[in-house]
Amino acid sequence: MRTKLAMGVFIGSEAVFFAFLIAAYIYYAAATVHGPNAANSLDPPRTLIFTVCLLASSGTLWFAERRLAAGSRNGFRVWLGATIVLGLAFILGQAMEYIGLTRKTVTPARNLFGATFFTLTGFHGFHVICGLISLSVLLGLALRGNFSAKAAAGTAAISMYWHFVDVVWIVIFSLVYLRVWV
Amino acid sequence: MSDTPFVPGLVEDADRVKAHSAWLEWVSTVDHKRIGLLYLFTTLFFFCVGGAEALLIRIQLAWPNNTFLSPDEYNQIFTMHGTTMIFLVVVPVLLGLANYLTPLMIGASDMALPRLNAFSFWVFLFGGILLYFSFATGQAPNAGWFSYAPLSENSYSIRPGLDYWALALLGIGVGTVATAINLIVTIVTLRTEGLTIRRLPLFVWMVLINSFLIIFALPALNASLVMLLVDRLLNAHFFTHVGGGSPVLWQHYFWSFGHPEVYIMVLPAFGIISEVIPVFSRKPIFGYGFVAASTVAIALLSVGVWAHHMFAVGLGHAWEYAFGASSLLIAVPTGVKIFNWIATMWGGSIRFTTSMLFAIAFLFTFTIGGLSGVIFATVPIDWQVTDTYFVVAHMHYVLFGGTAFAVMAGLYYWFPKMTGRMLDERRGVWNFWLMFIGFNTTFFVQHFLGLAGMPRRVYTYGDLPGWAVMNLISTIGAFVLGISVLVLLWNIRISRQTGAPAGDNPWNAWTLEWATTSPPPEHNFDAVPPVHGRRPLWDLTHPQEVRP
Repeated sequence: MRTKLAMGVFIGSEAVFFAFLIAAYIYYAAATVHGPNAANSLDPPRTLIFTVCLLASSGTLWFAERRLAAGSRNGFRVWLGATIVLGLAFILGQAMEYIGLTRKTVTPARNLFGATFFTLTGFHGFHVICGLISLSVLLGLALRGNFSAKAAAGTAAISMYWHFVDVVWIVIFSLVYLRVWV
Repeated sequence: MSDTPFVPGLVEDADRVKAHSAWLEWVSTVDHKRIGLLYLFTTLFFFCVGGAEALLIRIQLAWPNNTFLSPDEYNQIFTMHGTTMIFLVVVPVLLGLANYLTPLMIGASDMALPRLNAFSFWVFLFGGILLYFSFATGQAPNAGWFSYAPLSENSYSIRPGLDYWALALLGIGVGTVATAINLIVTIVTLRTEGLTIRRLPLFVWMVLINSFLIIFALPALNASLVMLLVDRLLNAHFFTHVGGGSPVLWQHYFWSFGHPEVYIMVLPAFGIISEVIPVFSRKPIFGYGFVAASTVAIALLSVGVWAHHMFAVGLGHAWEYAFGASSLLIAVPTGVKIFNWIATMWGGSIRFTTSMLFAIAFLFTFTIGGLSGVIFATVPIDWQVTDTYFVVAHMHYVLFGGTAFAVMAGLYYWFPKMTGRMLDERRGVWNFWLMFIGFNTTFFVQHFLGLAGMPRRVYTYGDLPGWAVMNLISTIGAFVLGISVLVLLWNIRISRQTGAPAGDNPWNAWTLEWATTSPPPEHNFDAVPPVHGRRPLWDLTHPQEVRP
């Protein structure tokens, strides 16, 4: 209860943080005319693949929690492992995207698209990495075997966080990538 | 606290171990009372540092064309003064009090998340150290406490002072949000049986609302800071006009944090006043529901008034009128509170303790600050006096005459609980009058300086009619204020050692923190008294009068 409430309030605070970064992206997307922008620099189909990975990881984490509730420690470990792998795949995709963009000299310093794009997606990526670290700690605990009821509350809280990071990505993906497509 | 266990052969080391572990206990503590005291010590230290900076400012401005500080030094000093007082003193001193008192007032043994609590404090402390480390890089931040772009950008401030400013504030911001989360969870989940939300002490009410305000306002600052850092470190153009960015966006973003921040700095102070005035008037608070509800109203309104800091930018009349109107509205719930406090005192048998003196002074000075605030909400007047000493006078009346006086009231009120000894009243009265006179001498005259057109943040001024004498008066007042702080420090030092023993409940107060020993044991309560109303300790001694 305490842990989940604390995480809920924290997520509320995080949502405001992302709202401000998203607002800055929208505000400047209207202003950018020269140089790289979302339409001529991004690769939405490829990003979609990694988006699917991230969305799937929310599903696998949900299964992991169900296994934990059912008392199946092995099932929990497997689904948790799958979640981490899918999260890693997403981060890998983002790293590849960043390298590609930088090679085309699309950087924060280039123009406002670069600045807003990297700030927004970068902070999202940072949140994914934080989530991955938390999930890995959980997995470590689960593999060592001593997994108490207290850790179950922690699992629930981390899972809330992970789903939140997912939702933020859905917003960012729709706004930054899909808008170019349609 | 912890006795070293007797181990044969280690006896001679016992003293060394004990001294060693006393330090270690403070560093490793997760006890909310110790963390609260750590906050209070740290903020007192930074208060003295920020106060010394204020004296440097006043020395420089004591007479026209002074050369005590160079323009660049002056910019650094006033930036550090503002940043220190806001982020390292006013906000954390209230968090420290909230930390110490909230669990005690709700009958809990600690905060809900004690380790997170310790994390919050240390990240705050290291944020403060990081901010002051900027001096070692050759130049402290120098763009004012709200660091308007493009002054805060590389083109005007190439040295790393502002990077430290942004990073330090990010760290402090994380700590503040963590504390707010902790306080919310504590108040929601750890109240003792019978302590319903409608029976909460008003201080706890204010802390709760304040925590929600922190949760939703601080992220705006953090977002602004990371964007500023991307500008400065990765050469982006969020807030520089060169690459199509917008300096006005910084203003919108900063003030959408900055104005709620003003209430973050004052709501818990309202809470202190709402505890102190009833106890020393021997009456329950007048209109409990109104005090609580008007705070909710203030919190909601406070997120819709930020652009009143930007009337001089040229937002367009429609926006200016809208923000002017919403700002005027805030005066209503604030005024409601003032009337509640006065009505509480009305007909009470008032005890003029030092704590009560500060609370009454708060009513005077905060009302003056509130009234000059209403003046600022009137757009054409704002155009006339914005960025003059009238602003300086206004915000010091609200923050010093408001929050600082309330904290002083709280300090004299709760010091006995924290230390087990009374904070001496004779020295306290000296402390009070020196501070009250010093404060008003320093800042009242600044209203007229502002009306006479003296801009803020100038390192010196010409010998214009009246300016020299008004500035000199202000400087003299500042030194009286400085002396009053020395009296306070002296009083704390003496009283901690030789103050009269306080007993559990020296003021005959009625909230739960007075039901335990002074200072409370680590687990706070051996037994929490039953709660059947808003004044549990009063109910204990007056069983025939118990009301819901």
